[in-house]
Amino acid sequence: MIEFEAHAITKTFNRRSIFRDISVRVQSGEILRVIGQNGAGKSTFVKILAQVLTPTSGEVRFSLEGHAVKRYLHNLIGFVSPYMQLYDEFTAEENLLLSLSMRARPDDMTAVKNLLGRVSLGGRGDDQVRTFSSGMKQRLKYAFALIHQPPILILDEPMSNLDTEGIATVRQVMEEQQKRGILVVATNDHTDLENFDHQVDLGGRS
Amino acid sequence: MFLKDWRSELRTRYALSALVMFVLTTIAIIVFAFGGESPSQEVLAGVLWVIIFFSGMSGLARTFVAEEERGTSLTLQLLATPTAVLFGKLAFNVVLVLIVNTMAVLLFLFFFSSFRVDSVGLFVTTLTLGSIGLASASTIIAAIIARANTKGSLFPVLSLPLLLPLLMTVIHATTLSSEGAFFSEGLDDFRILVSYIGAVTGVSYILFDYVWKD
Repeated sequence: MIEFEAHAITKTFNRRSIFRDISVRVQSGEILRVIGQNGAGKSTFVKILAQVLTPTSGEVRFSLEGHAVKRYLHNLIGFVSPYMQLYDEFTAEENLLLSLSMRARPDDMTAVKNLLGRVSLGGRGDDQVRTFSSGMKQRLKYAFALIHQPPILILDEPMSNLDTEGIATVRQVMEEQQKRGILVVATNDHTDLENFDHQVDLGGRS
Repeated sequence: MFLKDWRSELRTRYALSALVMFVLTTIAIIVFAFGGESPSQEVLAGVLWVIIFFSGMSGLARTFVAEEERGTSLTLQLLATPTAVLFGKLAFNVVLVLIVNTMAVLLFLFFFSSFRVDSVGLFVTTLTLGSIGLASASTIIAAIIARANTKGSLFPVLSLPLLLPLLMTVIHATTLSSEGAFFSEGLDDFRILVSYIGAVTGVSYILFDYVWKD
């Protein structure tokens, strides 16, 4: 069972306050929705949760099976966002294998191919990512985020660049993630996620 | 991390092209500048390390700058610990600079026949330790400037004060090697170089967490 607690998270950039004193606690099986208008700091907040950005004050604490986890948090988190880029000189399969090897997991071509098939990239595993459309790259990002079966999945603008089929796949991913662990969704479209357990509303532009 | 960067470099040649072209053009310009003159061994030793320093400035920042420019910095932060990123990229820069510097030395010896290497062991050790020192300092500075707007000019500006002790030491040791000094006469310089590498790498390890994460 995985859990995280964001405690009094504040972030300022160049003396401009993005958000202040945000606290939320999320456990396995729960969904956190982060909403706010453009520029409210949704992406900043989820990056702090994903441990790629440091808050100005406050902290995010993680625990697994009741024990605090402070190291190798990147192994617990999958992250998808429109501004994240994969290595376009590598093939789709190579990007996924890179994710496994960097996390000291054994190469698992079966899992790689299955996951690519699931995001409708089954026949494109050997193609370099530079040849992909933006929608295909977004699908690949989901495969990249899921290949190591993270207990925490963070999605920033999850439906970005996706067609109807892609959106259906993402909704299925979201349902499965809720059963497996924690799902965090940052969106300014409330229809992206209507059922949630916790909500952080960052409001309007700071 | 090292394998990822190496495979990426073989496919894109971001850094290698910059380094190789810089070495070639710089040596060509210096050959023309010197004309038929034969500068002293000390001058030639200095010129060699000027070429090596500026070729490093033209290409060693690419390991981090390329990640920022392509938007894969975030991906890397999600994939690996800061320590893995630092030492993987350091290893890559060390291998890269050793390859390019070996090429630079061979070309230098070819075009400047008056430059002698009478103590080969001393020279090779100096080149190796100097290259490792150059890579270790350049790696942390590259990480620092990767997000700056003026990264192109900032990199050599920040690197020079940090690399000056290294350059002074390797130029001295290279001069000794061209004068036929015994290997033992270079031990003081080697101690400085090893200490430099240890200090820079240690400080890089301590500071990198703060540099890497916003």
